[in-house]
Amino acid sequence: MLTELFFTFAKIGLFTFGGGYAMIAQIKETVVEQKRWLDEEELMQIITVAESTPGPIAINMATYVGYKKKGLAGSAMATLGVVLPSLVILYVISLFLDAFLQNRYVAYAFTGIKCGVAFLILRAGIDLLKKLEKRVVPRITFGIVFVLMIVFDLLSISFSSIWFILMGGVLGIVLYAVFSPKKEVES
Amino acid sequence: MIYLLLFLEFFKIGLFCFGGAFGMIPLIEETVVKHGWLTESEIFNLIGVCESTPGPIAVNTATYVGSVMGGPLGSIAATLGVVLPSFLIILLIAAVLKNLTDNKYFKGFMRGVKPVVVALILSTGGLLLLKTIGYAGLQAFTVDWVSVVILVLLVGIYVGITRLWKKKLSAVKIILLSAGLGVAVSMVAESVSI
Repeated sequence: MLTELFFTFAKIGLFTFGGGYAMIAQIKETVVEQKRWLDEEELMQIITVAESTPGPIAINMATYVGYKKKGLAGSAMATLGVVLPSLVILYVISLFLDAFLQNRYVAYAFTGIKCGVAFLILRAGIDLLKKLEKRVVPRITFGIVFVLMIVFDLLSISFSSIWFILMGGVLGIVLYAVFSPKKEVES
Repeated sequence: MIYLLLFLEFFKIGLFCFGGAFGMIPLIEETVVKHGWLTESEIFNLIGVCESTPGPIAVNTATYVGSVMGGPLGSIAATLGVVLPSFLIILLIAAVLKNLTDNKYFKGFMRGVKPVVVALILSTGGLLLLKTIGYAGLQAFTVDWVSVVILVLLVGIYVGITRLWKKKLSAVKIILLSAGLGVAVSMVAESVSI
């Protein structure tokens, strides 16, 4: 069972591109439909937990599924499995990337890739913005942090965005848990 | 001690990365640039590579940065750092705090964090866009026409494919498309200027 967990998640790590949500589909196919380790409902529950905790979703899912199947050892094996392909592949790439970039055509390709990365980040951000709850506080929080991030960067003021995350979290606790606990929890 | 530093910095990234793959890009960029591990330009090249290689982007970047700064052990230290917070938190939830995600304080925290994360992602993307088209400082802005043309073509093709053919374009395909556009537009620009 342990080796099966390891190889199953190694396969998921090796064959899913683009991280995050692409992995959810792959995990669903393998873990629910092929292996029948979990039913659909359990998987949904795990996805909810994985999405509402920090960290890469693939790691969260591997740890959770591994634990459900085989406890601590299972979670360690599944996580190791999902991480190992990345670790090996990117280690090898790290040895060659700089030399690779010396090539003129590769450098040209990366001029384009940088545009592609900007595009992907903005696309992800806009998607999330559309899904953001349409209320006053989240919108103002978004606006303030967005403007401050841009201003700080343009003026080269260094300020860790972890502080913004913590302040947002504390504001959330105060607003949604301390002051209006009943009504807000529903939504 | 570079291994410990790599481990701790990536532990912090793993702990504070909310909102999936793109949520960690602002944190990674900040950390890596702060320590002078990679330049801003290198980090976005790397993200391009990580988008088009398999596996979670956070793990990919950690491995790469760790390896560049500290060899094989460095890559293991950084990867362990970025994975460990998730691993421990999920274990805690699976084993002990089964109802943590229903806890109202936890929910409140997560709800408060959400707009912040969206703002971090969009501002990072916006700043990268600005720098890609030639921004280099408040007094220095020379338009990088090659990148402008690539971006216009990329957006044009994307809108064409998603609207006209109703097809979705994955991150890998967008990276491949933009790499192709990079080569094509750069070569045209080069031959025109000569």
